[in-house]
Amino acid sequence: MFDFVRVYLNFKIAASDGICGALAPISPDLFVNACPRFFDGFFVTLELLLLSSVLGFLIAVAVVLARVSSSRFLSIPAHAYIYVFRGTPLLVQLWVLYYGLGSMGAEGLGPLWPFFKEGWWVGLLTLTLNTAAYVAEILRGGIQNLPHGQIEAAEACGMTWSQRMRRIIFPQAIRIAWPAYGNEVILLMKASALVSTITVMDLMGQTRTIFSRSYDLSIFLYGAALYLVLAGLLTLGLRLVEARMTIPSFTQPKSPR
Amino acid sequence: MNNESVFSLLAFGDTGWGDDLLAGAWITVQLAAVSLVCGLALGLLLAGGRLSPWRPLNWLTNTYIIFIRGTPEFLVLLLVFFGLDLVVQQIAAGLGIQSSFEVPKFAAAVAGLSLIFSAYASEVFRGAYLAVPTGQIEAATATGMSAGQVFWRVRLPQMWRFALPGLANLWMVLLKDTSLAAVIALDELLRQAKVASESTLQPLVFYLAAGAIYLVLTAVSDIARHRLELGARRGYAR
Repeated sequence: MFDFVRVYLNFKIAASDGICGALAPISPDLFVNACPRFFDGFFVTLELLLLSSVLGFLIAVAVVLARVSSSRFLSIPAHAYIYVFRGTPLLVQLWVLYYGLGSMGAEGLGPLWPFFKEGWWVGLLTLTLNTAAYVAEILRGGIQNLPHGQIEAAEACGMTWSQRMRRIIFPQAIRIAWPAYGNEVILLMKASALVSTITVMDLMGQTRTIFSRSYDLSIFLYGAALYLVLAGLLTLGLRLVEARMTIPSFTQPKSPR
Repeated sequence: MNNESVFSLLAFGDTGWGDDLLAGAWITVQLAAVSLVCGLALGLLLAGGRLSPWRPLNWLTNTYIIFIRGTPEFLVLLLVFFGLDLVVQQIAAGLGIQSSFEVPKFAAAVAGLSLIFSAYASEVFRGAYLAVPTGQIEAATATGMSAGQVFWRVRLPQMWRFALPGLANLWMVLLKDTSLAAVIALDELLRQAKVASESTLQPLVFYLAAGAIYLVLTAVSDIARHRLELGARRGYAR
């Protein structure tokens, strides 16, 4: 584990140096000077995005199971959670958790204080909770679009609830939901720029800092270009997974947009 | 903190901040509504560009849509906010006018939000345009309608029905995105909550209150969406 972290840190430095070095002869001075900072932010954004999308997905699975459950004690809180996180702006959620809860300070939060005073952790928490609500709704669409006959057939075969979920419902729901899930990952990437308002130095945070020093608008265009590169890489990755998941000669009904 | 102090913080009048928050909410609604109208108009133009048989126009609108879809809304908003000022100054300098004119924040926010909205709306319009069954278009042409008549009488009235669910989603996104204008210090809902929390040192109360008002706005939009969809589907409802 420790080894992995070290290798990753070395990789980040090597990638940043390599790309900045390669771009140096063909890019304007402004970009050359800012390049290491841009890549610093690029990796912060990438790390936040990967962690929050994976953690968010796991929470979403739990939330959607509660949401479609027949027990009201589970489905009502799950519904409320989805409703609140989808119905309020992410910026408000970030500020409630960082400035709002953070204002309670060490005496109010006790052992949680070290967590809530770091913008990065609060950013990760908020992005995770936010995307979990959206992904849960996407998965619910996948689950509820399955033909009911399949579930009845699985029941008739004597499968338990967890067997039905694992063998019948989830493998199909995830394939139906994947395109919409891919959209959500891209939206999450764009939304993650808002963590720069709670002091996190992600790609947007670095872009704003560099801009506030030079007051040159092209800084925003460089930042935008890096976000576009990230979006391109994500789209490619999502397509690869989709191609890997597709079962030949078993085509899914087109999910409505 | 006891309940009494929360109520006095959110009270109306000179002592509380309730009226300031509501004033901010009103600006939020105006901002979203104006951006919606501008964004819809721009979105229709962009959809026209994407469906046009003229290649350069096609390429240009596609590039624009890819740019907006892959760039954070926040970045676009800041780019427009700082960029508009620069453009105005350049034009003034070009005309030889010494001006210190600043683009109003509301206008800058509307420009940014409607540019973002239009890119997504154009995709919805394009989908709706193509969703009208070809058989109907052929039938209309066969009865002797001109291309313009086919568009106005057959295609456009039905596009509304196909576009509505997508546009309603985009409206929700737009409504929530207006909160970004707080960062450029436009006095909308979230900015008012920020001002209030900075002068009272009670950020939790005011950000939660702002969140609750946003929730009311999205809930009302949800009801309106439901009504409109029922109306748009009349005659088609299963």
